[in-house]
Amino acid sequence: MNILRTVFAGTTALCAAGAVSAADLEVTHWWTSGGEAAAVGELAKAFNEKTEHNWVDGAIAGSGSTARPIMISRITGGDPMAATQFNHGRQAEELVEAGLMRDLTEIAEAGNWREVINPPSLLDACTVDGKVYCAPLNIHSWQWLWLSHKAYEDAGVAVPTNWDEFAAAAPKLQAAGIVPLAMGQQGWQQSGAFNVMMISLLPKDVYLSVYGDKDADKAAGPEVARIFAAAADARAMSADSNVQDWNQATNMVITGKAGGQIMGDWAQGEFQVANMTAGEDYTCLPGLGVNKTLQAGGDAFYFPVLSDGDLNAAQGELAALLLEPETQVAFNLKKGSLPVRGDVDLSTANDCMQKGLDILATGDAIPDVNQLVSSDTRTQIEELFTEFFADASMTPEAAQARFADIIADAD
Amino acid sequence: MAASRPKSLFRNLNAKIAAIPMILTALVVFTGGTIWTVAYSFTKSGLLPKWKFIGLDQYERLWGSRRWMISIENLFIYGACMLVLSFVIGFILAALMDQKIRFENTFRTIILYPFALSFIVTGLVWQWLLNPDLGVQSVIRALGWESFDFDPLYTAEIAIYGVLIAGLWQGTGLIMVLMLAGLRGIDQDIWKAAKVDGIPAWKTYIFIIIPMMRPVFITTLVIVASGIVKVYDLIVAQTGGGPGIATEMPAKYVYDYMFGGQNLGQGFAASTMMLLAVLIVVIPWAMLEFGGKKRG
Repeated sequence: MNILRTVFAGTTALCAAGAVSAADLEVTHWWTSGGEAAAVGELAKAFNEKTEHNWVDGAIAGSGSTARPIMISRITGGDPMAATQFNHGRQAEELVEAGLMRDLTEIAEAGNWREVINPPSLLDACTVDGKVYCAPLNIHSWQWLWLSHKAYEDAGVAVPTNWDEFAAAAPKLQAAGIVPLAMGQQGWQQSGAFNVMMISLLPKDVYLSVYGDKDADKAAGPEVARIFAAAADARAMSADSNVQDWNQATNMVITGKAGGQIMGDWAQGEFQVANMTAGEDYTCLPGLGVNKTLQAGGDAFYFPVLSDGDLNAAQGELAALLLEPETQVAFNLKKGSLPVRGDVDLSTANDCMQKGLDILATGDAIPDVNQLVSSDTRTQIEELFTEFFADASMTPEAAQARFADIIADAD
Repeated sequence: MAASRPKSLFRNLNAKIAAIPMILTALVVFTGGTIWTVAYSFTKSGLLPKWKFIGLDQYERLWGSRRWMISIENLFIYGACMLVLSFVIGFILAALMDQKIRFENTFRTIILYPFALSFIVTGLVWQWLLNPDLGVQSVIRALGWESFDFDPLYTAEIAIYGVLIAGLWQGTGLIMVLMLAGLRGIDQDIWKAAKVDGIPAWKTYIFIIIPMMRPVFITTLVIVASGIVKVYDLIVAQTGGGPGIATEMPAKYVYDYMFGGQNLGQGFAASTMMLLAVLIVVIPWAMLEFGGKKRG
């Protein structure tokens, strides 16, 4: 009897000891395309090697709009993961306010985040009432036009250097059976392309007053009308693009079936996976080749409040690891995004990333849409553009009137 | 008098105790949840429910939204067609099946088989079948009819009928089986009597058999109607609401706003409207069905 009791006690102690040394940390994210998966693999590798804990990958397929509801319902439903991706800004605002997210202020102070993170607006987007609630991981900007050299060779035109040339070359591409503009038929891609045009083709204060100050008169005004006209052009150029996901659209550019795509710098990762060289096989134009201004949005990790002490320690280690220079370089090179630290060496980065770094260095970065408007408003805008891009009979004027209504009601 | 009261309260005590969990579930989960949802539809709840009363604002926005109007319109088109067609096709199939044919079991299984598939699978299968480059259109063109055009899912005006085809394919088998059970429940003597009187078969069906099958029809109606109101997965799998917002449905609106848009108030308002629509149909019917019996 005594022997039995000792054995039981021994095994219990063993289990407890095992749990202390290595915690399984479940991390959810929506990075599932080729380039994205390679990048997240770097994070998992670093975490498994440098700490005693295990990275349990919780990838959710689909796009952010599929994954976010799942993450949020897990957190609010009482089954939180240990760490999760969100975009910087207001997506997790209410979760933070409800006290469901862990306060990372101590880790941030220990890692001196306030000084190393550039641009500082990224850390501000993580800060609520002076406390830090997320670890910024990378900077993504939307304002890029990706062009296929093969498509332009096949059509016999020079590769455009800005949006106007791109639009002018469209008929020749169409004559050669090439889709001028690849566009996935999902609301976030379509409204994203519209916002890119607004930032790139107009002075940036128009964007800031429409989304930042929610100025409905500005949204109904003549400047924004020009952007809606450009969006109607984009609709005509992408009429034959029958794909859904953004990486399928990028693939059309890679294979030369499409001339170009307006997509964020995460598309860079796909070109890399396809072994293409910037400047030779494809060209990237920041700010559509017009206004070289980048929106600094991106991804951040949030850590839900957990009661398990071991997991809490592991969460802290992961948060600190994400901001370390080596992790930043390894992850961002694969992902095609820019690091959140200004002090890391990115000389191995390719042509396109260097262009992005130069723009960031001049400090010409503006906040992302996610940081300015709530998810509710964003959903309404996405809905409007889904409809606009699918229905060629919807006039730019009608779309603009509805856009102004949405901005007037925005919070 | 005084002695009989506790008697009626304690009569069948075991059965009453056994029913308590069910009664509590019905009251707390169903009724309580419904009242809670309706109450919070008058608030400015975002990602989490918050008691911040704003009156009818959510409803104003809902009825001013083009997507909601299109959803309602689609629900009416889909609902009306689904109801009529599945009843007509289901009944005709059942009547044919009832002609003492050979291999009845085999046919019944084949026709009921689609019902064993979920709406997600059905939606995907029909998405491929209706894809102009892979499905029906390309097969018929490959057979020689070059000008054949059939791509409902890519034309906004008729996309909802593409969804209807998939819905019918999946649901009709069940209707047929229910109807067949109803037909088998009819006494054979009725048929013999009708034959003796020289009444043609179609007249027997319409004027004698169908009125006798009233309970089966009502059961089927409830099953089909509830399936129509909550249709969601078929849309998500087959069209994702597209092209554009041409095949959106109310249930998808509710989901998208509650979770994607982080606006619970708007989602609650939409689901309250769905509840109201169901009540408008159910209450008069229930009053006719059950109210009449009590009086008689």
